[in-house]
Amino acid sequence: MTGSKPRIAVLDYGAANMVSISRALAAVGADVVVADEPSALADSDAIVVPGVGAAKPAMNHLRERDLLQPLKAWVGAGRPCLGICLGLQLFFDASDEGDADALGIMAGRTVGLVDAPTLPHIGWNSVEIVRPHPLLEGIPDGTYFYFVHSFAPAPADEGVVVARTTHGKPFVSAVAKDSLYGLQFHPEKSSRAGLQVLSNFLRLVKPATCRTSATEVA
Amino acid sequence: MLARRVIPCLDVDKGRVVKGTNFVNLTDEGDPAELAERYASEGADEIVFLDITAAHERRGTMLEVVRRTASRAFVPLTVGGGVRSVQEMHDVLRAGADKVSFNTAAVAEPELLTACADRFGSQAVVCAIDARRLPQAEGAAQTWEVVTHGGRRATDLDAVSWALRVVELGAGELLVTSMDRDGTRSGFDTDLLAAIASRVRVPVIASGGASGPEDFVTAVRDGKADAVLAASIFHRRMHSIASVKAAMAAAGLPVRPVEEAVA
Repeated sequence: MTGSKPRIAVLDYGAANMVSISRALAAVGADVVVADEPSALADSDAIVVPGVGAAKPAMNHLRERDLLQPLKAWVGAGRPCLGICLGLQLFFDASDEGDADALGIMAGRTVGLVDAPTLPHIGWNSVEIVRPHPLLEGIPDGTYFYFVHSFAPAPADEGVVVARTTHGKPFVSAVAKDSLYGLQFHPEKSSRAGLQVLSNFLRLVKPATCRTSATEVA
Repeated sequence: MLARRVIPCLDVDKGRVVKGTNFVNLTDEGDPAELAERYASEGADEIVFLDITAAHERRGTMLEVVRRTASRAFVPLTVGGGVRSVQEMHDVLRAGADKVSFNTAAVAEPELLTACADRFGSQAVVCAIDARRLPQAEGAAQTWEVVTHGGRRATDLDAVSWALRVVELGAGELLVTSMDRDGTRSGFDTDLLAAIASRVRVPVIASGGASGPEDFVTAVRDGKADAVLAASIFHRRMHSIASVKAAMAAAGLPVRPVEEAVA
């Protein structure tokens, strides 16, 4: 596969934003595979876990399609994986939303936003970068991204936090640990800044072949 | 800080953007995907498509519009008009929309909001409330009545009570249109907006009556709206999204800058 586009498997378990994420990834140069069963993960360079809504039905859908164990095994082997919104929340041990168990590949829980003036938190909000990370390369501190959620992860390990955002109280809006990345905002709906983050992700996945900058496509 | 959103709304008939008055004298204004992409590049925070195609002619034309738009404009996309079931909402979301707005269908079948929210999450369910002022008795508080079918049909529903009810049923956002102001360019009905926004926790989108940038400021400041929607002032190039956002920023309201600096 060397020299070709990075091949990204977007998990299709019924999440509404799967299509938008696939299109945005394709726009920044990915070869996108819609994966609704385990065999679709073969030959992929990375997995993207989309998701909007509640954790429990999402976990059930992943289980029904036999994607749960392959996803855990993938991350366990240290292979690249990006979770977006609910996809990120699923990485943690459990969620307070509907009191659901999650994947447990990052320590901590998903909790409700505290003191939020409006709920759901819908709209563009600024992302404050906690520590420099290649995933947010080229993104100035305070850049606006699009959010749609009422819950956010509370990682047990502060070291995984890459960015925070404030709606009421500050919450974690980006995490990274080894090859595991998570975004609480929606890069696929965040215009040029969002495409830049997805482009950064492709470069992390396949450094040698991916030189596309979001500014060239947006 | 959560930015206040500026949202252009496009009326779509048989796959083309149209404009006219009260759904008559419609003129072709171009391709929805192209216009949506242009607005996105000009700083629109979100795009709303209102499908005004007659039901019997619909046949997936809107899905194709959404599909093409979602491949080109990477901002949130809401589709209103004509969605009457969980399956239809599923199709619209799978085509690339992020939210569906319910209006007449919600009044006719309120449980539809719950069914859709259970399936796709409240954040994807917008309830559009078209409201008209009722004559006010001396000393009594102003009230508004919910109307449907583009304002032609009254419902007997009190707009504020209806707002509370639809939130309870699962709506994650309210698109509140003043039918007294819609199309008049005489400013938003900030009393109506505030009456609803002060009672619900979900975001309220103001609609109906925008004439200039200052109206966006009052809709947020006095109407307590989280987002402001307008159609004709943008389509006719009377005002740009940039000029609206500049006025909002000058008034101290948080907005997403039109030019995001991306290295």
